Amino acid sequence: MKCKVCRDRAVIDIRRHNAGFCKDHFLEHLTGQVAKTIKEFSMFESDDRLLVAVSGGKDSLALWDILLNLGYDATGFYLDLGIGAYSRASKDASVSFAEQRSAKLIVRSLAQEHGLTVPELSKLTGRVPCSGCGLNKRYEFNRAALEEGFDVLVTGHNLDDEVATLFGNVLHWNVDMLGRQAPVLEERALEESGTALVRKVKPLVRVAERETAAYALLRGIDYIVEECPLVEGNVQHRYKEAITLLEEASPGTKHQMYFGFLKKASHRFQQEPDGAEVVACSTCGAPTAVWDPARAAVCSFCKTKALALKRKSEGSVARPPRKRRTH
Amino acid sequence: MKVKLRNPDRTVEVSGPTNVRALLEELGIVPEAVLVIRDATLLTRDEDVFEDDEIEVRPVLSGGAR
Ligand code: SF4
Ligand SMILES: [Zn+2]
Ligand SMILES: [Zn+2]
Repeated sequence: MKCKVCRDRAVIDIRRHNAGFCKDHFLEHLTGQVAKTIKEFSMFESDDRLLVAVSGGKDSLALWDILLNLGYDATGFYLDLGIGAYSRASKDASVSFAEQRSAKLIVRSLAQEHGLTVPELSKLTGRVPCSGCGLNKRYEFNRAALEEGFDVLVTGHNLDDEVATLFGNVLHWNVDMLGRQAPVLEERALEESGTALVRKVKPLVRVAERETAAYALLRGIDYIVEECPLVEGNVQHRYKEAITLLEEASPGTKHQMYFGFLKKASHRFQQEPDGAEVVACSTCGAPTAVWDPARAAVCSFCKTKALALKRKSEGSVARPPRKRRTH
Repeated sequence: MKVKLRNPDRTVEVSGPTNVRALLEELGIVPEAVLVIRDATLLTRDEDVFEDDEIEVRPVLSGGAR
């Protein structure tokens, strides 16, 4: 196979674009795809301060690399989830990338910030690890961005992630989630508590997972290939496998499903949940939706944390995680 | 040839020469779900692979809420 641009030997074929690329032209192509996405969705401007959530995996490190190459002011944020050797390896990968690129990386740990790791949280609350993990990540990313004065929180969600999420939301007709699934989530500021949900963007939505892996490998980025040991039974992963079979048979399926949704369907789901009002959490001040204004509003992060810490101090644990899968 | 598979890490022997497409078919792997790596570079489906090659087949799909 030959490179579409220079006719040299291709190192990757992107079947949905009907094109092969040599190394240099692939890196250029992918960078162009990200730049195009940033522009198309007006994600941020050149003078914005970006906080990039990095996990040590291919997507977030490739994204950070591309943003730095495009000249953006992009700081990394690594959250140590306390998942044993996996967390240590992913932190090392993030730290060494930052050193190589002389980029700034903020490191925080759940154990230090809240006295809880992801495995502990799962054991204490009886919820599957990914559910508590996702809640903590969303909360901590937002808090770090606010406290450190960033304009935008950038995450490495790629096309496969978005399609798998969309697929799951449709399978379960999760209409609230469908209304919130977008490449850009606008900032929501709360004047009374001075806090906000920062603006969140996903510049990799046009890029397939296979392409971010190829980018990282060809750029010599030493990302962690191993999976989180807690991922087993994760339904998102099974959706991806099913969708990959469809993509293999008809290239372009993923792109069509996601961008078709954005263009033709997502606006139909965009409305506030019935009767909900966004107020400040009475514990931490973070914006949270309430349905009954007479009750004290506590955000789900603070609720989960309080429950887990209470059980930890009592030395009790919940029943083993339910078999129900959460995503 | 030696073919390294990941998650969990293991190595299998496959006899060559053949090409990437046929190799993946023999291993029962969907090409869209992996990268095929030789000498730190990538191979497209139509590339030939040889008896004394060392190949890595690296999965690209990751799971988990992010
Ligand atoms: S697989 Fe689940 S527990 Fe592991 S890092 Fe991802 S979301 Fe967290
Ligand atoms: Zn080329
Ligand atoms: Zn709170």
